[in-house]
Amino acid sequence: MNLIQQLEQEEAARVLGDKEIPDFSAGDTLTVHVWIREGNRQRIQRFEGVCIARSGGGLNENFTVRKISFGEGVERVWPVHSPLIDKIEVKRKGKVRRAKLYYLRDRRGKSARIAERTTGRGIEARPAKGKKKTDA
Amino acid sequence: MSQAEKLRTGLLAKKMGMTRVFSEDGNHVPVTVLSLDGLQVVAQRTVERDGYSAVQLGAGAAKAKRTTKAMRGHFAKASVEPKRKLVEFRVSEDALLEPGAALSAEHFTPGQCVDVAGTSIGKGFAGAMKRWNFGGLRATHGVSISHRSHGSTGQCQDPGKVFKGKKMAGHLGSERVTVQGLEIVRVDEERGLVWVKGAIPGAAGGWVEVRDAVKGVKADDLPYPAKLIEAAAPEAEAPADEAPAAEAPAEAQDEGAKE
Repeated sequence: MNLIQQLEQEEAARVLGDKEIPDFSAGDTLTVHVWIREGNRQRIQRFEGVCIARSGGGLNENFTVRKISFGEGVERVWPVHSPLIDKIEVKRKGKVRRAKLYYLRDRRGKSARIAERTTGRGIEARPAKGKKKTDA
Repeated sequence: MSQAEKLRTGLLAKKMGMTRVFSEDGNHVPVTVLSLDGLQVVAQRTVERDGYSAVQLGAGAAKAKRTTKAMRGHFAKASVEPKRKLVEFRVSEDALLEPGAALSAEHFTPGQCVDVAGTSIGKGFAGAMKRWNFGGLRATHGVSISHRSHGSTGQCQDPGKVFKGKKMAGHLGSERVTVQGLEIVRVDEERGLVWVKGAIPGAAGGWVEVRDAVKGVKADDLPYPAKLIEAAAPEAEAPADEAPAAEAPAEAQDEGAKE
């Protein structure tokens, strides 16, 4: 492993401490707990929306969360390893066929919905009814 | 300025590449990582002998076999392994360092500013737009073929010549470039690494010279004349170093005999 990769791993471990980044991808609904500084006070703000993209890799990876706030689309981008992020919760996994969901920007209401994903990657498979499929 | 009185040596380092670090307040800092890679003092220049005072630093490992006999003698004199790169740093007379002393990354302290000099990446023969940030000609309105040309180079019959120093197309890059006032973000003495905020001239793997910044407020808690790696270590190393150095000329003779 080259030195830069090694240093990036160390930096990621240092920044995260005992935090953990959950497994999430575009289409998932997230609640991001962000540290906000107001003067000398610090508090946590929650931002809930759909993850529409993850870009970059390793220490340089970012993710974009979009929500509709008072009828206005709001997007925020954070580095995945940002020290300002206290916690990321995955509320709901989405069933999507794109890595980048930028098309959601042009849609509102019903057409901007994302179906929930109940099987596949990152979800423990339940044996389907009537079938003897047993993959743990 | 007191700089002239107290001029300490800089460091010779190898550019390893860029990455980022996160600060406590959530900002991210783009950094270039520099490696000291066996940095040692190889020779001294003194006022009595050379007319100026400086230290010659060497870094990187060179194969003894591929080092010329003259240079092997030079390294043997300081009892150091053959080095890949040698650079002189002017220092004030009380900041001279003994040959063989190994310099530590903690020579610089986080927060202080440095100037970094390196050889920029070569761009070859570049046009006036890339080399001098000229605007070029228009895309339409009758301009043909010469959209990226430099345009006029002067006046008319008077002066009847192109002035010297006119900015024109030509060779760009692979020249010495100094970037001033970069902040030291972090140092790692064990691995000999220095994190410097921002970009540094040259490609990864290139050699750069890092000096205390000439501009701005000087930090006064810097190690003077230099921060060395464990005074005991060079002494312990010295006999070990002497052995290969002594072997080296012998090898050279052998090779000569073979040929």
